[in-house]
Amino acid sequence: MSEWWTYRPEDFLMFAPRTYWRLFELHNQAWWPAHVLAVLAGLAILVGLWRSGPAALRFATGVLALGCAFVAWTFLWQSYAVINWAATGFAWAFGAQAIGLLVLATRASLVLAAGRARRRVGLGLLFWAVLVHPLLALALGRPWVQAEVSGLAPDPTAIAMLGVLVCADAGTRATRVLLGSLRAGALLWCAVSAATLVTMGSAQGWVMLGVTVLAVAVLALGRSRW
Amino acid sequence: MPTLPPGLSRRQWLSTATASLAPLAWPALAQPAAASEVLVRRIPSSGEAVPVIGLGSWITFNVGNDSKARDACTEVVRAFFAAGGRVIDSSPMYGSSQPVIGHALAKLGRSTALFSAEKVWVGDVSRGAAQMEASRAFWGVPQFDLMQVHNLLSWEEHLPRLQAMKAAGRLRYVGISTSEGRRHAELERIMRTQKIDFVQLTHNLLDREAEQRLLPLAQERGIAVLVNRPFRQGSLLDQLARHPLPGWAGEIGCSNWAQVALKFVVSHPGVTCAIPATSQVAHLRQNMGAALGPMPDAALRERMARDVAAL
Repeated sequence: MSEWWTYRPEDFLMFAPRTYWRLFELHNQAWWPAHVLAVLAGLAILVGLWRSGPAALRFATGVLALGCAFVAWTFLWQSYAVINWAATGFAWAFGAQAIGLLVLATRASLVLAAGRARRRVGLGLLFWAVLVHPLLALALGRPWVQAEVSGLAPDPTAIAMLGVLVCADAGTRATRVLLGSLRAGALLWCAVSAATLVTMGSAQGWVMLGVTVLAVAVLALGRSRW
Repeated sequence: MPTLPPGLSRRQWLSTATASLAPLAWPALAQPAAASEVLVRRIPSSGEAVPVIGLGSWITFNVGNDSKARDACTEVVRAFFAAGGRVIDSSPMYGSSQPVIGHALAKLGRSTALFSAEKVWVGDVSRGAAQMEASRAFWGVPQFDLMQVHNLLSWEEHLPRLQAMKAAGRLRYVGISTSEGRRHAELERIMRTQKIDFVQLTHNLLDREAEQRLLPLAQERGIAVLVNRPFRQGSLLDQLARHPLPGWAGEIGCSNWAQVALKFVVSHPGVTCAIPATSQVAHLRQNMGAALGPMPDAALRERMARDVAAL
């Protein structure tokens, strides 16, 4: 790209905000009542991680793998990519995350993080993704039919993914590498989404930015068994 | 620079340089009286007249598969033709804009008024023909009127191919595009050395660099000029909306800032057509109003730019 320094974030935004939010409305209409199942699955992950150990973690990563694959195909590939050619790449990335999560679900060396505070932050992110994020549409003046639900829309799915992965630790080097890659993938999406939403003028962008900063901070502190 | 008829100011000349578009008008639609009065400019390489206000599709027509939004875009195209418009511009870079234009044209029936302006946007030149064919299929037209090399991408390889297509009768005009003042030096070199019918560039009340060299050069070399981002992608109008219209706006028949911004652009004698984008019929009608009535002369243009810059 020549004269790259003359480009601003808005030069890469190729759709109007109303078009972006309509995507969720149409997606929700197409997949209702899958939302009920998605919220119940999210609650099951939340309760499982709150009460028990590695088995719940493997259940969580397995369910999230399904959610990730669903978002990749039905939203990013079939819907978002129609108005944003970069979304084809996002769909592949979410597909890769789904495969990684599935592999992670089979790893015996996947354990709950030792740090209690870190686990609480992870559960907090998960709680936000499953129960609070869908309410943002209403809170920010959009109709409830444009709600973003974890397992159906990319942002809350990525936040839920971060929540679960913050709660996890790895017993072997291979699992640690996989876990790190998946965390990086989820963080990258949160950063991309934050940039998109802020450029669109949506306050929701700051939520995604806050999630990114919080997750990075807790993972950095987590190295010292916080 | 063209000379004006004796005794005629530029403002008067511009205001009278209109041509009837009635024979070109869309037969299926009732034509408002204004449609036959729109200001037109001649494409230097052919003498063909096109109205000075066209229709862009960046962002506004990228509505995906949303049938409600597609129908709203169709209404914009309907109103555009009804108001005497002809030039519609798009690009493969604009997401779903091409199929949305095609949806509108299919719903409204083929328009003889349409002047289709497209772009080729691919670095690998061997894929250019396939991309242009895909674009043509999206629009549902037999061929494009104008094909531009988007943002000068691989222009050295694309231009000879486009010229060959023109010679074979598969295109009517060849052009090149840029935006937001980028690569003007290279654009100037192309304008001086290549045989092209059109250039597309950014020009508005605040971004006036093109007036220094490119617009005079286009006049000198007989190149038609399409102007993109006349509203700075809406931000100029957002900024101006906070201020009342100046007194001189009434002198040139403007009832809103959009018309002020467009009349500033299309009153430059080097400009052939401005291509503002909108997804709303009301805004489209405001825009098309800028092709009617008196135009500012050079002195008033300077004052307009000065006053707006001071706001």
